[in-house]
Amino acid sequence: MDTFVQQLINGLTIGSIYALLALGYTMVYGILRLINFAHGDIYMVGAFAGYFIAHGLGFAAQPSILGFGITLLGSMLVAALIGMAIERFAYRPVRKYARMTTLITAIGVSLLLENLGVVIFGGAPRSFPQLLENQNYTLFGNAAISKSQILIFSVSIALMLLLQWIIYRTKVGTAMRAVSFNLNSAKLMGINTNLIIAFTFALGSALAAAGGVLTAQYNPQIYPLMGIITGLKAFVAAVLGGIGNIPGAVLGGLLIGAAETFVVGYGQSVGIPSTYRDAVAFSILILVLLFRPAGLLGSTVQEKV
Amino acid sequence: MPTFVKRLLFAVLVIVVLLGLNAMLSTQGLFGFGLDDYYARLLTFIGINIILAVSLNLINGFTGQFSIGHAGFMAIGAYVSAYLTVYHAPNWEPALAGVVGADAAHVLIFVVAILAGGLATALAGLVVGIPSLRLRGDYLAIVTLGFAEIIRIVILNIDKVGGATGLTVPGYTNFVWVGIFAVITIVVVHNIVRSDTGRALVSIREDELAAEAMGINTTRYKVLSFVISSAFAGIAGVLFAHYNKFLSTADFTFLRSFEIIIMIVLGGMGSITGAILGAAVITILPEALRQLPTIALFGQEFNFADLRLVIYAALLIVIMLTRPQGVLGTREFGMSWLRRAQKRPAGDEAVGASPGVPIAERDATKNDPVKEVENK
Repeated sequence: MDTFVQQLINGLTIGSIYALLALGYTMVYGILRLINFAHGDIYMVGAFAGYFIAHGLGFAAQPSILGFGITLLGSMLVAALIGMAIERFAYRPVRKYARMTTLITAIGVSLLLENLGVVIFGGAPRSFPQLLENQNYTLFGNAAISKSQILIFSVSIALMLLLQWIIYRTKVGTAMRAVSFNLNSAKLMGINTNLIIAFTFALGSALAAAGGVLTAQYNPQIYPLMGIITGLKAFVAAVLGGIGNIPGAVLGGLLIGAAETFVVGYGQSVGIPSTYRDAVAFSILILVLLFRPAGLLGSTVQEKV
Repeated sequence: MPTFVKRLLFAVLVIVVLLGLNAMLSTQGLFGFGLDDYYARLLTFIGINIILAVSLNLINGFTGQFSIGHAGFMAIGAYVSAYLTVYHAPNWEPALAGVVGADAAHVLIFVVAILAGGLATALAGLVVGIPSLRLRGDYLAIVTLGFAEIIRIVILNIDKVGGATGLTVPGYTNFVWVGIFAVITIVVVHNIVRSDTGRALVSIREDELAAEAMGINTTRYKVLSFVISSAFAGIAGVLFAHYNKFLSTADFTFLRSFEIIIMIVLGGMGSITGAILGAAVITILPEALRQLPTIALFGQEFNFADLRLVIYAALLIVIMLTRPQGVLGTREFGMSWLRRAQKRPAGDEAVGASPGVPIAERDATKNDPVKEVENK
């Protein structure tokens, strides 16, 4: 039972990160029907931005909540700007072209970010500074939960609630929902769709950066290619929950995180080596797309000819 | 001259040219004219990349399905054949040599390995294709990527074929094999595209719903092109494994898949000659870049070849922004270009001498206004 709770805690921790990233994927897909391949790399950019902010502003030397907060916000801002720049210069010109063109462009942007990262930062992992003293608390007996895990949970939940509020209680959010429903009709209603799309990208990228900084706190090694696999798994999470569906993204993220941790944790006794960790998410993807392509919370859309 | 004689002569010509090139590339050279090992290596890799690019073009360019897991199929072909040649061939070859002679045995073993690799990969293509090809483009891309990763992880965990440390493989490939299979791939894909099947595939690319309405079983054709394309990828994998003499899963990551994608995007998806062009350019590019002087960036010395991934990515984005159809689009570079150049008289440039944009190319980049008004 203790192991179960421990695995659950670890699984939900990773799951929260996947959820934050999945939200970005799902929002962008909802308004543009575009899978933003580069999203995982924004996560990486956020982690590196946090790294440089923390070192630059001296927080690395003195751990503090304030330092963490400023690093987090700073990296979210940087990522939001980069996300908007990517949308403006790489995605907007190809929006009018065929779907495959935008997909290939997205792949190109992703590759560019990754390899620029390798060139600029070097491929070797760097150690993200510990901005909060680490401490373990015990829960339900023998399960340990660390301070950084509590941090991940609380910040993720706070950000998700904030996103909920933005989307359902503000004018911008209503505009976002309108654009995701039908872009052309939204234009007719007087919504500046370009602005809304840029805002969506900014929002998604900020969440991804938050995920990056939080992960870096939990697992201090950061390297330029860290966004690839995590990004793909987050995309699987978004599909699992129903792409375009915001609560679905959160649900999907948590499920994938839990599934991965449980398979790795309990799999050893069944003969599945832990190196199959990454295969779990992809296997779930294939199963979802085979049996319920709309996702858990998604609705099947009838395609009219 | 009857067609089959023409084709036979063509095949003979190809083999003669390949053998000649092979002789040139060996140490003695042909009639004293030789190229060293570096060029042999380059040409062999160009050949392997041609097979990969042309086969991927069949599914991406002609059928319009976006598959980015080609490296996974290459890996299957490579590892299945490697398993045979490493563990079984040493037992079979001497026995076979006793029957048909050492050289013939060597060739036969390799043919068996290639067939096994190709068949295994075709089977894998079937397994991957049937569930995935019901999905739309965006999903298919992720699923194929996922499958390629799963394949890679599974292979990584099989210790019998080296696992993480890699597998040493006997060398069977040389330039002639690669050349022969490159030609076979090109001929097969060319014939498919020019046939009824090819028309069905192109119709699926242009408008899948209309194709279905016209009575074309889209799933069947999509799976067919997927299986054929993956079979050739497997063959390329076999050739690669037995040339490189060392196999490790690090050669078959999605980076490899992206390299092949860039080849066909550059050359033009939907053009066989484009794929060949793209394969050649992308294979030569790192070598050409290596010749350039090193550049100092961000406090480190960089050879341009190290920057090649950044260059590929930037190239991909620039191509998509400026000329998404690639260099050749859906056209082929062939005899018709030369004929067109001959027909045009010297002073006639102003009188609309250009042949006009073919229909297929016209559609590739523009958004269809009718489709845009979707009902939700």
